[in-house]
Amino acid sequence: MKITIWGCRGSLPSPGLEKNLFGGNTSCIQIEHDKTCIILDGGSGIQRLGDALSPEVLEINILLTHLHIDHIMGLGYFKPFYNPNCTINIWGPASSSKSLEKRLKRYFSPPFFPVQLKELPAVVNIVEIDNSIFKIEDIVITSEYLCHPGPTVGYRLEIGKSVMVYMPDHEPALGSSHFPNLSEWCSGFNLAKDADILFHDAQYTQDLYELRKGWGHSSIEDAIAFGKLAKVKKIVLVHHDPGHTDVQLKEMAKGALQNITPGLEAIMGKENAVFHLP
Amino acid sequence: MSAREIEVILSRQLADCLSVPVFIVDPVGNLIFYNEPAEEILGIRYENTGEMPVTDWSTRFKPEDDKGNAFPTEKLPLVQTLETQMPSHGEFWINNLRGALYKISVTSFPIMGRPNRFLGAIAIFWKIKEK
Repeated sequence: MKITIWGCRGSLPSPGLEKNLFGGNTSCIQIEHDKTCIILDGGSGIQRLGDALSPEVLEINILLTHLHIDHIMGLGYFKPFYNPNCTINIWGPASSSKSLEKRLKRYFSPPFFPVQLKELPAVVNIVEIDNSIFKIEDIVITSEYLCHPGPTVGYRLEIGKSVMVYMPDHEPALGSSHFPNLSEWCSGFNLAKDADILFHDAQYTQDLYELRKGWGHSSIEDAIAFGKLAKVKKIVLVHHDPGHTDVQLKEMAKGALQNITPGLEAIMGKENAVFHLP
Repeated sequence: MSAREIEVILSRQLADCLSVPVFIVDPVGNLIFYNEPAEEILGIRYENTGEMPVTDWSTRFKPEDDKGNAFPTEKLPLVQTLETQMPSHGEFWINNLRGALYKISVTSFPIMGRPNRFLGAIAIFWKIKEK
């Protein structure tokens, strides 16, 4: 399994010289396994991914964690949507009222976007999931609702014994009793448990988190505490705050990564970073 | 141990923050949490009971009607909510485990997760009389 980060900025694309190291594109991660192409979220990073994708890839699965704009804003600029030979399956969380298709059409319609969903040349299939287990080729995927405003899921992808978990928008400290001690009462624990690699929200410093409790994101310290509780091997901290520069992110990392538990590796996610799982 | 669904986890979090007594059960009626204000009325701490099957909690507090007759288990609001997945309400007496007799008013409602998953039920209740 090859994992590439095409965007790991949270909330708002934030290009600029002072953000070149970690990147300014919003959430988008690509999974490649044999001939299977899975894309996690359609943030602004998906535009570059679309340009880089081999023309031989004609079936693509996009797994959306939720429909906040930073996770879907790149969809309309994803080239394969304009290729009539492409089939694109979009998976995303069910809500209590409107269907996933209806909610996606809000984005794919004026005044937000000039092209409507039904006008896209590619074959587009939309699949709603909730707390679900499904397969894409030989990848077993588990989705589960997480603590974040609006219908939001995280994903666990398993190929044999390799496990990759993705929860870019998650506030376990709010949605858990006695965090980070009781796994039974901790949002997201089932998905993350024993993962080889976990991509997790770490938008805030602890000070900033105190001002933004309930916004659906984690401090870097809470993200690491969650990784420890779930006994993951490696945590990649993503969804960087749009206001944080490279210098600030390095400082945050230096502070938070000092007291890491042995057995847990923690790193800051960077655009263009590539990871491999056996 | 596996984690519970996020809707149940958040229900417990909310209950934990409230000063109104709250009692939470899973879809088959197992008691999975009650908060401190509920402990005051029931007369026992949650830490001392832990999880309890419906057959235990529905009889342990010996619910009674106004005439002192046993209150039918199937008429308890939470049991009705478990049966119908609809809100329910009722009033009855309970024997607190510290020996007090309280009349309580109970409103229960289902925990329905997105898109339409029945995940358990919540009862809020309050004391309206005591003997």
